[in-house]
Amino acid sequence: MSAALLIDILLWGSVYGVGLIAFRRGPQVFKASLREGSMDFINIVPRIALGVIGSGYIAAIIPQEVISGWLGPDSGWLGVAAAVIAGAATPGGPVIGFSIGTVALKSGGGVPQVVAYVVAWALFAFQRVILWEIPFMPARFVWFRCAVSVPFPFVAAAIAMMIGKP
Amino acid sequence: MIAALVAVSAALVWRRDGTSGVLDILTHDLSLFGGILPRVLAGCLLGAFISEILPHEKVSRSLGPKSGLKGLLIGTAFGAILPGGPFTAYPVASALLAVGADFGATIAMVVSWTLIGYGRAVAWEIPIMGTDFTLWRIVISLPLPVLAGALGRFVYVRLYPTPAAKDDET
Repeated sequence: MSAALLIDILLWGSVYGVGLIAFRRGPQVFKASLREGSMDFINIVPRIALGVIGSGYIAAIIPQEVISGWLGPDSGWLGVAAAVIAGAATPGGPVIGFSIGTVALKSGGGVPQVVAYVVAWALFAFQRVILWEIPFMPARFVWFRCAVSVPFPFVAAAIAMMIGKP
Repeated sequence: MIAALVAVSAALVWRRDGTSGVLDILTHDLSLFGGILPRVLAGCLLGAFISEILPHEKVSRSLGPKSGLKGLLIGTAFGAILPGGPFTAYPVASALLAVGADFGATIAMVVSWTLIGYGRAVAWEIPIMGTDFTLWRIVISLPLPVLAGALGRFVYVRLYPTPAAKDDET
């Protein structure tokens, strides 16, 4: 909870900082960007409402055991590939993603596979892409970024295999 | 599409757990939504201010298509220090694109934010997965944003051979 508070303080501190810089450029600049930011906010809220309020249901029907089962112990590159797909398919927020990773690690999942899972989840979790990235960014950029990112969970797993366990 | 997915999932939860199960999830998600809203506002304001105050020529020089490795490193560093969650990272990334950063540098920033940004690591990964695993994973991830940005730039130049000319028209 204190970490979340710290992040809130940093976040609003940054808003205050850049707002101050904008204000120094002139009240006109400040007002224009304030209006633009508020319009973005108003446009984005309905989409986020649907995603956030709905995500609990999506998470509730995909059992976590199924996903952690895919990250079998020392399953090699096939396991890494399964982990990448599992990472992209994991619904819900960070609690669910990291919890599945922990369960997989504790139930004997391979470390490179879990690394691939966490990295793939960070890069592609479909819910975050649909909910956050597409509303805010140009769609062309989003698809391009996802396509370009595909090799990297595998690269992370390869590095993990080379340097060994934590 | 998301609405349909949510409706089907809610119906399945209702069949399994009854009305109380549906209401439990609804109240939990509503409180989550209430907590997120101010941060979304902060993110939108941050993005708007940043796109207003950053000098366009300077951004396109240091993060544009010709910025080289330095541009990718700046993008990576920026993504790593950016506070907040998706509600800040994406509006800011979008603002950077608008003021002249290229896809490569923006990819480096977004990937860096997801992989080495401290916000999620401190708030979620360390408490759940443990400090050892988290630090070790972050060390492994360090080179990835630069590589992703470089690959993005490499592919982009070949997919859209004259992006500069196209941007000038608009």
